[in-house]
Amino acid sequence: MKDQLFKIALILSSLLIVFLMGGIIFSLVSGGIPAFVEYGINFIFSSEWNPNPDSEQYGALPFISGTLMTSFLALLFCIPLSFPIALFTGDYFKGTKIASFVGTMVDLLAGIPSIVYGLWGFYTLRPFIINMGLSQQGFGVFTSAIVLTIMIIPYATSLSSEFIKMVPNDLKEAAYALGATKLEVVQNVIFPSAGSGIFASFVLALGRALGETMAVTMLIGNVNIVPNSIFSSGNTMASVIANQFGEAEGIKLSSLIAIGLLLFVITAIVNALGRLIIKKLSV
Amino acid sequence: MKKLIIFLAIVIALASCGNSGKKTSTKKMALTGAGATFPLPFYNLAFKTYSKDGGNVVAYGGIGSGGGIRSLKDKIVDFGASDAYLSDEKIAKMPMPVVHIPTCMGAVVVAFNLEGIKDLKLTPSVLSDIFLGKINNWNDEKIAEINNGVSLPDMPITVVYRSDGSGTTYVFSNYISKISKQWKDDVGCAKSLKWPVGIAAKGNPGVAGTISQTKGAIGYVGSEYAFSLNIPIATLRNKAGNYIKPSLESISAAADGDIPADTRVMLTDSDANDAYPIACFTWILVYKEQSYGGRKQVQALETVKLLNWMLDEKAQSLTKKVHYAPLPTKARENARAILKTITFEGKQLVSK
Repeated sequence: MKDQLFKIALILSSLLIVFLMGGIIFSLVSGGIPAFVEYGINFIFSSEWNPNPDSEQYGALPFISGTLMTSFLALLFCIPLSFPIALFTGDYFKGTKIASFVGTMVDLLAGIPSIVYGLWGFYTLRPFIINMGLSQQGFGVFTSAIVLTIMIIPYATSLSSEFIKMVPNDLKEAAYALGATKLEVVQNVIFPSAGSGIFASFVLALGRALGETMAVTMLIGNVNIVPNSIFSSGNTMASVIANQFGEAEGIKLSSLIAIGLLLFVITAIVNALGRLIIKKLSV
Repeated sequence: MKKLIIFLAIVIALASCGNSGKKTSTKKMALTGAGATFPLPFYNLAFKTYSKDGGNVVAYGGIGSGGGIRSLKDKIVDFGASDAYLSDEKIAKMPMPVVHIPTCMGAVVVAFNLEGIKDLKLTPSVLSDIFLGKINNWNDEKIAEINNGVSLPDMPITVVYRSDGSGTTYVFSNYISKISKQWKDDVGCAKSLKWPVGIAAKGNPGVAGTISQTKGAIGYVGSEYAFSLNIPIATLRNKAGNYIKPSLESISAAADGDIPADTRVMLTDSDANDAYPIACFTWILVYKEQSYGGRKQVQALETVKLLNWMLDEKAQSLTKKVHYAPLPTKARENARAILKTITFEGKQLVSK
C-alpha cells in the first residue's frame, strides 16, 4: 500500500512540474503575441526601441545581441580559468587538502548574491577599467562579461571537476606506465573520457550567464542599442525587463513579455544544442 | 505522537501570547503608497513624522512615477505618486476617475561631476545641445564662453538618464521641449524616452550614484539627491535671462502664475524673474470614489486624513529640511477643495 501511495505521489509531483512549465509557456506566449502581431517577425531584427507614447515602437535586437554578446564573452573568459582549476582539484592535487580548500573557495563564489557582484563591479571593477583606459565611463559589455565570468566559474568548475575525478584510475596509470607525460595524459586520457561532461558544465555555465539580471543591469549602461564593440554600452533582455516592466502597459508590456519568451527560447535552444553535441561526443 | 502534541501546544500558546499584548481596538491600519522617487526624501520624513504623531504607519515604495500609476491602476495601493500628472486621455484609461493632490514643490537639478569645479553656468541652448549629443566634450567653446575663468578639462561628456519610467524624466524633458525645437521634434516629452546619447541608471538614487562615481558625467535628478551626495549643481539661465540656482525662493517663485483648480500644470520655464526654470509640483493620486474592490470606509477615511495632514503647516514645513519647497497658498487651497470631492459610496469623506 505504501509503495502504491509513494508511486502516486511521485507521478503527481512530476505532473505538477509539467503543468507549471506549460502554464509559464502559455502565459509568455499569450502575453507576447500582441507584440508579434503588431511588428511581425521584424520584432526580432528591429533595433528601434522608442518608449515615448507619441512615437512608440519596439524591437528586440539590441537586447538579444546584448545578451548573446555578454554571455558568450563570459563563457570565452571562463573556459581558460575553470578548466585549469577543475584539473587542479580533479587530477593534479586530487584528494589533497589544498584541492578541497580551492574547491570550497570556488563553491563559495556561487553563494555570493548577484546584487553583491553588481555592487562590487560598480565600485571596484568599474574604476579599475576606467583607470586602465579601456572605457571612458566603465559601463558596457566588457565589464558585465567580466563579472559574469566570475559568477559562472563555480558552475563550470565544480561540475568539470567531478567528471575529471570520475576518469578511471587504471586508464591513467596505464598511460603513465607507457611513459606518457602529465600533459599527454590530460590530452589523451582525461580530455576524451571526461570531455562530454566538461562540455556539459560549460553549457550549464552559459545558461546561467544568459539569464543573469541584477549584476548585469548595474554594469551594462542600459543603453538600448546594438553594441558596436566589446567596450560599448548596451542592454540585455533580462535587464530591460527588470528596468521597465513596473510601469509598462499595452504594447510595451507585451513587447517585454515577448522578450522574456525569446530569452526562454534562446536558453532552451542552447540547452538542446548542448545536449546534441554531448551525445555526438560520447559516441 | 506525544511530542507532536506538546510542540503544537507550545506553538499555539506563543501565538496567542503575541496578540493579547496589543490593543487591537485602537491599532491603526497601515497605508500603502507607491510611485515617484523624486519626492521620496520628503515623503519618508513626512510619513515618519505622521506615525510618530499618532497617525497610521505609511509604507511607501519608490518605484518610479510609472510604477506608481500602474500600482494605482491595479488597485494594490491606497495612493500613487507621480511628478507627471495624468492627461485627460490617461485618466480616461484608468478604471475610475482619479484626482491629483499636490504635496510639495521641488526642483529637477542638473548635477555634474568635474574635478575641482563647483560652479557651472548653463544656458538653455547649451543644456539642450549637451543632452542632444551635439556638444560632447567639456572643453567645447560653447560651454567655455558662458563660464569665464573656469578651466574645463578635455574630457568626453557622459550624459546620465533614467532607465525606468520616471516623472523626473517627464519634468526635465518637458523643460527641454520648451527650449529646444529639435528636442521637441526628435525626442519629445514623456516618462520614458529614446535618448540620443548617454547611459541609464534606475531611479533617482541610481542616477545620482552614477553621476557621483563617473568623472565627466552630467545628468538630471531631484534636488535632494544632489544635495545629500554633495554633487555640484549647475546654475541655469531662466526665461527672464537670469542665472538661478535652485533654492526655496527660486522654486516657489515658479508657481507665481495661474494654477488650475485641478492643479494639473507644468511649472517649467516660468516667466517669473527669479524663478528656477525646472521647478515642478509632485502629486499624490487617488481614486475620486473610494469604495472599490472591497475597500473599507475606514481605510478610505484614513487615506484622506493622511492627505489632509500633508497639506497642514507642520507637514509643509518639513519640505525645507529636504531642500524642497512648500506649496503656495493657492495650490494648497485648490488641494483642500479637491480633497472635499473625494467620496465613499457617494458621501463626502472630509468636511474640513
